Amino acid sequence: MVNTIALAQTVLAVVEEDGAVVEAVELASGGFFAQWAGIMLLSPFVAFIAIILVGKRMKYNGAELAVGAMALNLVWSSVLFVSNMIDGIFYEVGFVVADVGQFMGRPLVFELGFVVDGLSIMMYWVVAFVSTMVFIYAVSYMQGDVRVPWFFASLSLFAGAMLVLVGAPNLIQLIIGWEGVGLASYLLIGHYWEQKENSSAAIKAFLVNKVADVGLIIGAIMIGRTLGDFRFSSIAKAAIAQDEALAGIAVAAGLLLFFGAMGKSAQFPLHVWLPDAMAGPTPVSALMHAATMVTAGIYLMGRLFPLYQNLAQDAREWMVPIAAITLFAMGLLALVTDDIKKVLAYSTVSQLGYMMVAIAVGGYTAALFHLFTHAFFKALLFLGAGSVIHSVHSNNMSDMGGLRKYMPTTYRTFVIGALSLAGIIPLAGFWSKDEILGVMGVEGYTSFMWLAIAGAFITALYMTRTVALTFHGTYKGEGVPHESPRLMTIPLVVLAVPATIAGLFNIPGVSWGSIGNFTSWIGARIVPMGDYHPSSINWGLATAGVAAAALGIALGWSLFGRDARTQQLRDTFEIPFLYPLLRNKYYIDDLYMRGLVNPIKGTVAKGIDFVNGSVIDGIVNGAAFLMGAFGRFVYQGFDQRGIDLAINATAGGTSRLGGALRFLQTGKVQHYAGAFVVGAVVLVVGFVIFT
Amino acid sequence: MIVSQFLVLASLLFSLGVYGLLVRRNAVTVLLAVELMLAGVNLNFIAFESVIRDSLASGQVFTIFVLTIAAAEVGIGLGIVLLIFRNRATGNVDELDLMKW
Repeated sequence: MVNTIALAQTVLAVVEEDGAVVEAVELASGGFFAQWAGIMLLSPFVAFIAIILVGKRMKYNGAELAVGAMALNLVWSSVLFVSNMIDGIFYEVGFVVADVGQFMGRPLVFELGFVVDGLSIMMYWVVAFVSTMVFIYAVSYMQGDVRVPWFFASLSLFAGAMLVLVGAPNLIQLIIGWEGVGLASYLLIGHYWEQKENSSAAIKAFLVNKVADVGLIIGAIMIGRTLGDFRFSSIAKAAIAQDEALAGIAVAAGLLLFFGAMGKSAQFPLHVWLPDAMAGPTPVSALMHAATMVTAGIYLMGRLFPLYQNLAQDAREWMVPIAAITLFAMGLLALVTDDIKKVLAYSTVSQLGYMMVAIAVGGYTAALFHLFTHAFFKALLFLGAGSVIHSVHSNNMSDMGGLRKYMPTTYRTFVIGALSLAGIIPLAGFWSKDEILGVMGVEGYTSFMWLAIAGAFITALYMTRTVALTFHGTYKGEGVPHESPRLMTIPLVVLAVPATIAGLFNIPGVSWGSIGNFTSWIGARIVPMGDYHPSSINWGLATAGVAAAALGIALGWSLFGRDARTQQLRDTFEIPFLYPLLRNKYYIDDLYMRGLVNPIKGTVAKGIDFVNGSVIDGIVNGAAFLMGAFGRFVYQGFDQRGIDLAINATAGGTSRLGGALRFLQTGKVQHYAGAFVVGAVVLVVGFVIFT
Repeated sequence: MIVSQFLVLASLLFSLGVYGLLVRRNAVTVLLAVELMLAGVNLNFIAFESVIRDSLASGQVFTIFVLTIAAAEVGIGLGIVLLIFRNRATGNVDELDLMKW
């Protein structure tokens, strides 16, 4: 129970720039806040249970507990975040909770614990920061909604599972967190389960993720079996040391783990659950898209980056095209969607494609930097969309328009988020996207790099469309829209700050004095990552990226900027072949429905239903009938006639005997004295006779 | 010395006591009859003591005990009889049958 694994408290990490060793950094142990970082992992679960128990009786339905736990996490992780800026931290601890013994010829222990290093600290902070903002926002957003305590309990569970995942020192705990996130997302997507499509969306998300999880689990078992150890630090060390056994399975295991990441991070063709997941309340979407769900796959890739970088280079051949297709094709879908949340959902899928393509080509820092900046502006955009939906009571942009006059704060922050997402210099999204483009060019994936630049154009186009249809033109919905309450706009303003400036922390070649830059923050790992970092800004690439984005904005504005034409365009923008293809989401959903779900529902499910309904139920009912008959027999024959009779007879006999014997009690002293004398005489006579 | 003479006398006294206990109606007489039974028992103790003569003189000691207990018993008994007489104006034990079922 208490056996801790080795603590690699102080190790040397090497920060490289342009492939050359620049400095050797001694990693600190992080002190108190690192050693007790497990509190961060546990506090949301405490809040989860507490909300379930007492949430209903509290003023804000338990939201204060959820926000409190997250605020604690935010403070705690901020301390770690800042100390990690100054001195890289590495601290790992695992408690053996089960000794499985021999598993496939290898000793296997099951450990739970946490790891505190550059990567996990960054994730702790992002999760805590975004979650705190979203929770505060949700207090107002969910006011008067159904099942509010349960909603906040699930949100806490969601964030807690993500922290368990992020803090996992080994693959097993990662899988636990991974499934916990899947469960919580299922609960939250299906929050309004009274409507069939919402519960279907929840089931779809769960099932698609489950399919991908198979890859994750098999990949984890392959690695664990080869190394005899599931720890990430062991995997990283073995990968750096070019361990031969691990090299043999690295590509296969890497691809299987990537398959798992494809499910959580919604890569083509397993992206289908994410747009449907918009069925949940908007704060859930914000949380899911910014911090706690879809980033898990990218995080897994980043956590196992040494494996992909050193041993599984061949896996890139599969990973890069899949991610590139995701980033381009999913962006196109956002162009034809009317539901504002689904536009943002497709945008998330597309941006996840960027992250995945970056990490696939070897851009560890680039991918995680994009994750970092994306978390802020996507949370901002979703909360902005939620604010709009809250106001007009519709998800469809055809019911919106002209809202900038009614909702100035939402409008301004939303535009900041949109520009950041589109990649306009100097907002956060520009720097991270530019870094991805740079690493793709350097690693020799030039054609995919141009695809990514085209993707930036698409991104700018659909974001312009969204802003134009939502906030410009004339209002088309019902009622008078109003600005959301302060509790909702304050998180928007707070999130707009990092969405604007977060990019400045990783300008190529710029280091901010003693705090370094994002590269050095997340470079604090047990082994050097050895990925490419540009030493100066590639102005040509930056110009291309900004030009693509500017072109997209210009085209989008000319298409959707004015409302009368916009209305007309939305009906006439039907390019033959392409438009129906996009409207039908490349027919992937139909393919799954007709190719997989319906055959299973039709044949297999009916067969199973028959077996269940006729055979198993028959057996169960028959057994129940037999037991019932037996019970009746026992009751009437044995219980009523046998046992009851004996008990009644005993009682009656005792009563009658008492009735007879009571006449002995005459109350006369001399009768008793006579009985005494007779007794004494009998005793004496008996004594005389028998001795 | 012949013990049986004393034993005969003692058994006569005891039987007389039993007779009085069972037959007499007056509560005070019943108590007197109990005293007679005790006197018979005491006589037995003394008689056997004079034959056995053990070093602890148990027969005499027990006799003293019995006399003490008898005195206490008569004290309480007469007190009860007095109170009953005061409440119910009778000393007849036949009429004192309150404790029957």
